[in-house]
Amino acid sequence: MQGPSWDLVADVQLLLQFHFMQNAFVAGTLVALLAGAAGYFVVLRGQSFAAHMLSQVGFPGAAGAVLVHVAPVFGLVAFCVAAALGIGWVGRNVDAGHRAESAAVGSILAFSLGLGLLFFRLYAGSAAGIYGFLFGTILGISDRDVQLTFVVALLGLGALAIFGRRLVFATVDPDVAEARGVNVRLLSIGFLVIVALSVAITVQIVGTLLIFALLVAPGASALQLTARPVRALALSVLLSLGFTWLGVALAYFSDLPVGFFISTVSFVAYVAIRAVKGASAIRRGNFQLRGAWFAAEA
Amino acid sequence: MAVALERASVSLGGQLVWRDASLEVAAGEFVAILGPNGAGKSTLLKALLGVVPLSAGTARVFGRTVRRGNDQVGYLPQRRRFDPDLRIRALDLVRLGLDGDRLGVPLPSRTKEAKVGEMIELVGATAYAGRPIGELSGGEQQRILIAQALVTGARMLMLDEPLESLDLNNQQAISDLIRTICQRHLVTVLLVAHDINPILPFVDRVVYVAGGHVLCGRPEEVIRTETLTRLYGAPVEVLRTSDGRLVVVGQHEPVSYHPVDH
Amino acid sequence: MSIGQMLALDFMRNAFVTGGCIALAAGLVGYFVVLRNEVFTSDALGHVAFTGSLGGLLAGLNLLAGVFGSCIAVALAIGTFGGRGRGRDVAIGTIFAWVLGIGVLFLSVYTSAQSGATGSVGISVLFGSILGLQPIQVVVGSIIGIATCAVTLLVARPLLFVSLDPDVALARGVPTRALTALFLVLVAVTVAESVQAVGALLIFGLMVTPAAVAQNLSARPWLGMALSALIAFAAVWIGLVLSFYISYPASFFITALAFAAYLVSQLGRRVLPAASR
Repeated sequence: MQGPSWDLVADVQLLLQFHFMQNAFVAGTLVALLAGAAGYFVVLRGQSFAAHMLSQVGFPGAAGAVLVHVAPVFGLVAFCVAAALGIGWVGRNVDAGHRAESAAVGSILAFSLGLGLLFFRLYAGSAAGIYGFLFGTILGISDRDVQLTFVVALLGLGALAIFGRRLVFATVDPDVAEARGVNVRLLSIGFLVIVALSVAITVQIVGTLLIFALLVAPGASALQLTARPVRALALSVLLSLGFTWLGVALAYFSDLPVGFFISTVSFVAYVAIRAVKGASAIRRGNFQLRGAWFAAEA
Repeated sequence: MAVALERASVSLGGQLVWRDASLEVAAGEFVAILGPNGAGKSTLLKALLGVVPLSAGTARVFGRTVRRGNDQVGYLPQRRRFDPDLRIRALDLVRLGLDGDRLGVPLPSRTKEAKVGEMIELVGATAYAGRPIGELSGGEQQRILIAQALVTGARMLMLDEPLESLDLNNQQAISDLIRTICQRHLVTVLLVAHDINPILPFVDRVVYVAGGHVLCGRPEEVIRTETLTRLYGAPVEVLRTSDGRLVVVGQHEPVSYHPVDH
Repeated sequence: MSIGQMLALDFMRNAFVTGGCIALAAGLVGYFVVLRNEVFTSDALGHVAFTGSLGGLLAGLNLLAGVFGSCIAVALAIGTFGGRGRGRDVAIGTIFAWVLGIGVLFLSVYTSAQSGATGSVGISVLFGSILGLQPIQVVVGSIIGIATCAVTLLVARPLLFVSLDPDVALARGVPTRALTALFLVLVAVTVAESVQAVGALLIFGLMVTPAAVAQNLSARPWLGMALSALIAFAAVWIGLVLSFYISYPASFFITALAFAAYLVSQLGRRVLPAASR
């Protein structure tokens, strides 16, 4: 494998000369589009913890799918969507605020990761295989995975395009939205399913444990920079794309894990943006969002 | 003297809260501490508990300089509500009031259990003392906390807004309980209140904290238009309604008056 | 194979002794973790433990030194900056995802530096290695487990007071700040211990689940602490026996047993009337 030549065109050609790298870039791009878009709503709705939980529940799904000779994405989608419906069915906001709920969530997480370990042992998976699911990989994304990722990303983005406007409304002012005829409860369950889909495909790139790097950090950074919904959404997608492309390229040239690069790039970007903005701007930003939304409605 | 405060001042984070406060409370008195939000009522209690240090002057409780961990003083902090999912029995909370500051595992002790039981009975909480504290209502929790404050054999109770967030019936019941404890068991009571009216009939003395000053006297001396106007440094009027309730009104809403803000 | 044959094996005896000591400490400290609602502090420390242990290995230190050093340092940092490791906080989530990312880097560098290493060291940190304890881990793990229990029991009463009622405890002369700092160190030590038993990812299974079961079963604090320690202990021992006979990973059985106990206790709480608790 050659190192980068710092000639952009030549480097990109070098990057894309192998089929697995083409797959990694196509899948990564699809993932970044959905994760960036869904991530904006995740942060806006304060549901980053639900995303964290869904991704860890996905781990035994991926391992179980391999065990029964199915593509891991199927297992991920099945487990994540089931968990999303479970959270929606319980109906309470799964958050770390309450003692009984955080204990319940913690117990479920430990059990599901243990279950994933069991599945791996059952089909005698290699250490590299476990690391791939936990921390992501750019190797071994098959054509079939790319096709599935494409379908899931299309579904997720389509749903967000249709319901995104209502979702912002229901997030910012649930009572008024309810009065205006939005079914807030159904909407939030539907949104959790979209998050589940995003998690399921994002896990392929950054793994179950580093999901924050692509699903939360871009949205959080974007919301620091602007309070306008459309602009923040676009920014979140752009950041997510940037983190993914940069991370995958760095992983290719350095031969170090992609999860390290994506989590580091997103962390550095988040810290830098926060440092520039400062705490007072955040409060003003939230206020502006309300104003901008109601101006748009009127 | 149960409480003797002499020319005392308190600063928090470099900001003067109040200064030159002098105050004497006799044993067995029922004292209401009144004043607008943020004037330093809770700080006054904390200074008497030894939690907040004085920047000047002296504070004595039962003739001795204030210190933390005084068994003779029981304390109910402000706005304590236990989460509904807190799985600790009410009775264990009372027991912690007795020996919660000691190291080591508590051994079964008949005398201590008897004391806890006695206090729970005194506040009328025997029926639900074995249930988890989080499942009790606000009024029930307040009774348990009063038992906890008294269980060391305290001769003084310091209560910070114990009637807040209770409904009218519970406000009445809890203030009656505090009055009974004060009169029958000769416990000195210092009670921070937003509204004096529920306790007005049995208050011996009023301490008014406002504008960086602390004023002390009989209710009818302190809660008067001239006195409060001087204290606030702004026009304030005291009105008496037809059923005997006192209402303090001002051009500036007293609640929003905050000496630290200005 | 009979029980006697099982106990004749060195690695099984080590696992029972060390795992038992670790479980008692995790159950006891975990009771306070759940009571104080600091579940996500232990999660965050688990992530730190992963990176710390691999960083320790990379620096040529012992794995134990890396785990204990990093956990205690981060716990003290959390205590100093006053933040609680709440899962909902985006900033904290992003930081700890990054910490894990660094751990992956360490793992990758360490694995490629050791010729012939398969990267199984990462698996044992993530999912525990109770059946493959080294002699030093047995000694250190057991002693620290017992010492953690002893210290926790010594300060349990004022710690309970501070956890339930910080203002009154302060007024009653309890050194609240010192106790809170000591508690965080106890959590850090317990997390570092538990990493060896069930691994960095499954810490909840030993520190949170047994405590949650205990609080479902009883609202008496001292009984609750004892139950929490015993449930953790039972999960580890039964998990070890099952793992020996069925030869699936011990950490899976431990977390599965604890989780089953949690489900039963949760059901029991719904079904049984309040008076029987």
